Amino acid sequence: MAETYALWKSMMLNGEHITFWQSFFVKFYQAFIEKDRWSQYLEGVGTTLMVTAMALAIGVVLGVIVAIIRTAHDQRRPGSGSFISRFVLGIANFICKVYVTIIRGTPMMVQMLIMGLVIFKSSRDFTTIGALTLGINSGAYVAEIIRGGLMSLDPGQAEASRSLGLNYIDTMWFVVIPQAFKAILPSLGNEFIILLKDTSLITVIGGKELLHAAQGIYTRTYEQMLPLIGIAVIYLILVMVFSWLQGILERRLRQSDRR
Amino acid sequence: MIDVKNLSKSFGNHLVLDDISEHIYPGEKVVVIGPSGSGKSTFLRCLNLMEIPTAGTITFDGAQITDPKVNIDLMRRKMGMVFQHFNLFPNMTIRKNITLAPVRTKLMSKEEANDVATQLLRRVGLEEKADAYPSQLSGGQKQRIAIVRALAMNPKLMLFDEPTSALDPEMVGEVLAVMKELASEGMTMVVVTHEMGFAREVGNRVLFMDEGKIVEQAAPDILFNNPQHPRLQEFLSKVL
Repeated sequence: MAETYALWKSMMLNGEHITFWQSFFVKFYQAFIEKDRWSQYLEGVGTTLMVTAMALAIGVVLGVIVAIIRTAHDQRRPGSGSFISRFVLGIANFICKVYVTIIRGTPMMVQMLIMGLVIFKSSRDFTTIGALTLGINSGAYVAEIIRGGLMSLDPGQAEASRSLGLNYIDTMWFVVIPQAFKAILPSLGNEFIILLKDTSLITVIGGKELLHAAQGIYTRTYEQMLPLIGIAVIYLILVMVFSWLQGILERRLRQSDRR
Repeated sequence: MIDVKNLSKSFGNHLVLDDISEHIYPGEKVVVIGPSGSGKSTFLRCLNLMEIPTAGTITFDGAQITDPKVNIDLMRRKMGMVFQHFNLFPNMTIRKNITLAPVRTKLMSKEEANDVATQLLRRVGLEEKADAYPSQLSGGQKQRIAIVRALAMNPKLMLFDEPTSALDPEMVGEVLAVMKELASEGMTMVVVTHEMGFAREVGNRVLFMDEGKIVEQAAPDILFNNPQHPRLQEFLSKVL
């Protein structure tokens, strides 16, 4: 195969006539096979998945914390609790609101550049900074999704559980969270897919994920089409796999709806 | 069994319960009636602190439960509550609905709780529904399960918050039958209801509430046949 490539490539460079498929083969070979370039894509996929996982973990943790503070604040009964607890909750709620407003109100790309070029100016670990930025960004959206799920649940569910003598944590764990989780799973899946694709933005601060691999290759080969189409297909396949897994999970959770 | 002293509750500036004092004796079946907005549900919900009273004290089983130092979860284990909208947990089977609380509160082992669930389900004629989900049941069946779920904790007192108001008329009977059986076994019950027939038949004492106060109370035959207060007379003329 390598000889065919070398032959057709020299024909191409000499201006000899070659067919469309021959030139496609040359470009394909150049983009994916020559100098084991496929391994760069593979590494890129690995980084993309790792960054997604890190960002997801940060996003979910932040999202849950913010959602619990916001819901606790909004669903608190008027006049309940001591002055200090109300004051602390009020401050925490205010901070959460500011966080959500800023993150949702500024472009992801700008946040990425600020984190990479201003806040962590001296750090060289671009991939981690990228994951952190994505996580902080995702947290604001996840928080709103979770808050919506918690608030959509009939308060009678938690009341029934508490009336049986179950404590707050058991009530959340066995009654509220499973039902809220089922309700928010489609939106959460959507957020996860957005996150997976947004990892491509970390290239603007030098993170080495899938898009970075493609860029590195086409700056050497001067052939942009195949590396870019190639990574587009890879992103698409990743997203399709996760959508499929999400579908399976949703069907399992719908078990209790059958009549 | 439960002693209420000077209980008041307001939501914002709206006073819902106005200085209520009442005592409920063991084995008593107290029925609370009254127009909507009279505070009867709020009164019931204050008894197990689903609503936190604005003022006053509630003493249950020797403990003043309105004291913030009292662990309310422990007190609620001795008080069952049945809701208007059943509030079964839709994500669990019927058996899990019933056994969750006794097992998690370490009142029973899993096996014991399962036996109790089977026994109670047999009593209300729903043994074959143990592995069904709530969405597969009718309203009447759901409410009977909700009663069973509360009973599985072995409560000393049962609170019913309009248990038949959300039911189709033909399903009201099956739920009332379970409640009557429970009453005949000597359970202490506080029932908020619009079922005057039930109040008459099962109640030892009927409380009529209006505008956050207990306006009149008496044994059912006295209260229904010889109402004193004009507001009660007006109410009964509309509902009977």
